[in-house]
Amino acid sequence: MRQVPTVKTLKINGRDLSGRQEETILDVARQNGIFVPRLCEMDGLTDVGACRLCLVEIKGQNKLLPACVTAVEEGMEVTTDSERLQNYRRMILELLFTERNHVCSVCVSNGHCEMQNLAQRLGITHVHFPYRYPKEDVDASHERFVIDHNRCILCTRCVRVCDEIEGAHTWDVMGRGIEAKVITDLNEPWGSSETCTTCGKCVHVCPTGALFEKGRSVAEMMKRRQFLPYLTLMRKENE
Amino acid sequence: MTPEELDQIAETEREQQSHFTQRVNVCVAAGCLSCQSQSVKDALDKEVAQRSTKDHCQVKGVGCMGLCSEGPLVSTSNGVLYKKVEAGDGAAIIDSLEGSPVSRLVCPTDVPFFQRQQKIVLENSGVIDPDRIEDYIAANGYTALIKALTEMTSHEVVDEVTKSGLRGRGGAGYPTGLKWSTVSKSVGTQKYVICNADEGDPGAFMDRSVLESDPHRVLEGMLIAGYAVGATEAYIYVRAEYPLAIKRLRNAIRQAERVGLLGSEICGTRFSFKIDLRLGAGAFVCGEETALIASVEGKRGTPRPRPPYPAMEGLFGQPTLINNVETFANIVPIIRNGGEWYSKIGTEKSKGTKVFALAGRVENTGLVEVPMGISLREMVYEIGGGIPDGRKFKAVQTGGPSGGCLPTECLDMPVDYESLAKAGSIMGSGGMIVMDENSCMVDVAKYFMDFCMTESCGKCIPCRVGTYQMHRILTAIGNMTATEQDLKLLEELCDLLKHTSLCGLGQSAPNPVVSTLKSFAEEYRAHIQDRKCPAGVCGQPVGETV
Amino acid sequence: MSKARIATVWLDGCSGCHMSFLDMDERLLDIAAAADLVYSPLVDAKEFPENVDVTLVEGAVSSEEDLHKIKIVRERTKILVSLGDCAVTANVPGMRNSFGVKAVYDRAYRENVTFDPGIPDQVVPALLPTSRPVHEFVNVDVFVPGCPPSADTIHYVVSELLAGRNPDVALKTRFGS
Repeated sequence: MRQVPTVKTLKINGRDLSGRQEETILDVARQNGIFVPRLCEMDGLTDVGACRLCLVEIKGQNKLLPACVTAVEEGMEVTTDSERLQNYRRMILELLFTERNHVCSVCVSNGHCEMQNLAQRLGITHVHFPYRYPKEDVDASHERFVIDHNRCILCTRCVRVCDEIEGAHTWDVMGRGIEAKVITDLNEPWGSSETCTTCGKCVHVCPTGALFEKGRSVAEMMKRRQFLPYLTLMRKENE
Repeated sequence: MTPEELDQIAETEREQQSHFTQRVNVCVAAGCLSCQSQSVKDALDKEVAQRSTKDHCQVKGVGCMGLCSEGPLVSTSNGVLYKKVEAGDGAAIIDSLEGSPVSRLVCPTDVPFFQRQQKIVLENSGVIDPDRIEDYIAANGYTALIKALTEMTSHEVVDEVTKSGLRGRGGAGYPTGLKWSTVSKSVGTQKYVICNADEGDPGAFMDRSVLESDPHRVLEGMLIAGYAVGATEAYIYVRAEYPLAIKRLRNAIRQAERVGLLGSEICGTRFSFKIDLRLGAGAFVCGEETALIASVEGKRGTPRPRPPYPAMEGLFGQPTLINNVETFANIVPIIRNGGEWYSKIGTEKSKGTKVFALAGRVENTGLVEVPMGISLREMVYEIGGGIPDGRKFKAVQTGGPSGGCLPTECLDMPVDYESLAKAGSIMGSGGMIVMDENSCMVDVAKYFMDFCMTESCGKCIPCRVGTYQMHRILTAIGNMTATEQDLKLLEELCDLLKHTSLCGLGQSAPNPVVSTLKSFAEEYRAHIQDRKCPAGVCGQPVGETV
Repeated sequence: MSKARIATVWLDGCSGCHMSFLDMDERLLDIAAAADLVYSPLVDAKEFPENVDVTLVEGAVSSEEDLHKIKIVRERTKILVSLGDCAVTANVPGMRNSFGVKAVYDRAYRENVTFDPGIPDQVVPALLPTSRPVHEFVNVDVFVPGCPPSADTIHYVVSELLAGRNPDVALKTRFGS
């Protein structure tokens, strides 16, 4: 028996919209051109709800909920752009800027970095928390790619794409809290990883300049993210 | 195992015990063991073996008797409790069984510390030998399970728990009956029961004590839960830092399997149940249910957004009932005596008793079980015996790193879920730390923030970086280098973490700061404006900095 | 109406922001008509004057001299503008922060020096432990990120400030732009 898709109607920022039952608030917002910021979510990967930038207000709910993992419900009234949310988003992004050494001017992703663009879009002209300036490694042992931990925001897109799409599970996270970092294999140099297939998917899903291809200039290091929804779609049709 | 066989075991055990007219119980829970209670027990064993009374005098290792600060504790069949017993006291204690008590060792039990307690969860603690299932069975163990399996439908079990008004003892106080009923109604190919024994709050040791003193009580509670919700597999997630609890649990599971209380077709019914242990590797966040489930699954122990709640999609995507150790330990008396009996204890919304680990600046520290609704003043001044050396009470901290500090004004407040939450703290798992005038509240806040920072899993940004920034500011305040601007940032961060963090750890991490800022604002001001620590705890001023 | 008094200050930066300022080209004439440039690396004033209306600061605060200077500037300025990423975020000068001052001194004065290597203790101002954004030391009124902010952005900011308005730079420039 084919399942009949159930359609739910809801309001986002006062607009009457509809979405299928299994869709999230973020899906519906995106379909209707409503901007909801996010850094960890990516179409084609499992959602983790980690960056907290897509938090939205839902009428009658005490808690703010992440749009990327919250399914639409009948009669839901969602606000995505209140003053309070904007304020939280700016603070979260500012915290991210203080965490490691994000020096846009010397970054290979300058001008096409999701974090940098988001900062501008949210109107961040400076960071009002003090910077940490930690000492982070750069692993350039791989023949084609580099990981610069100074620019990593721990969105774990690389971890997920490597596990879920490539099936290699080269990337993972180690350590706790502020000490957490992404690693290849069991924290070995990327270049000596036995599981890495050098497919480069991680590089292209990375929202910042943390993962990049060697020998590419700022203008050349454009990330091609379109491959992911395409791959997922093709896989679904194959099933 | 049939009910008759269980009766048989109980009868045999009672018969054997009736031979002993004299009994000496030695606490062999971790607290007393750490002050050499094992050598006390060995000495007593040796002493008895040399005497003619050896056939009717029993020396037994038992679980926690509560007054941990006075250990090793020894109790005797003529109703005397001895404190700070040493191996050399063996002979004197055995002598006293037929004479007058050894006065230099006597620990008075007619004091509020003992008198004000009401033991339900801990009824077997300090009484039975945690290493012997026979002793548990002789104390009416597993009769509640038999009752549930043979006289009640699974619905009736859930109803009974609902009627009792029991709320989750892990911290949040979610109604246990509601949780059970959700899981029982959820659809899945396999349901699971998980016992959360990842007790991580600094200063809390209720669950450890229950596991070390009465492991079968927890197993029986889990069995009943499994029957009620339709689960056949269970895990106990216990932290590896509790080696003794793990040892006793392993032993208890093996014993229960041997007599057929765990396994297939328990008590001749169609109910099958197995329990396995999973050891936590020391991450506090694994006490959060979704992180715990990830850890049991063999993944990195990080929380995920809820919904879906574990009751719907938990372990391996299946409906999962997850309760805390103390919650499970409450199930047996509820089934045995009925939910209505239980609901008469405690307050309107917080039923039953609660075990607290009383610590800090009070005369009596240790494990106490009191009815819900007791006042903080009774806890501190009667059970706790007041503040030592006539110093002044300042605050009591409940709920560990997710809780808050309650000032003098709150002393007459009843200890229940709602009152504590209203006052800006939480019930938490039961840690209760008393502070006096020599404690600096900024330092306390910094301590807990340090804990939250190092225990943050790092998944979400507000908790990962926010706790770092808050800790940095609190450190600056402690070093007398903070500015008014820092204080403003601190308040901003409190609000941010509370509302935007992914899991309870991050959302509640600001509580110690918020509650001390609210009740002890002048201490913060003194550090920032006058560069002084009123309690004299924080470092000397290091001079003006930029 | 008397002309507004503006100043520019060069702390730890590459002077790129000042270059961008000069890139305003003929628009500088309009600004000169509305304001006097009373202090700047581009003019010949030794002492930072009193009563400055607008000061544009380029560069991070990296040395004791920078710190000393920015405090005076703040005292004597009505509207203090952090101009460019070094002033706003510490940017490139801040990249030394994770290595520590000693490593920086060694690299600059010992490892690459053939004649009489050694760390100077006179004339050269001592470095602060970390190089940090201006607003971590003094109150800043307007932030103009960019490396460097474009001449258009600077023109917009200065014009708005001279007109008594608060410039909104979010859409005109960004970190690293």
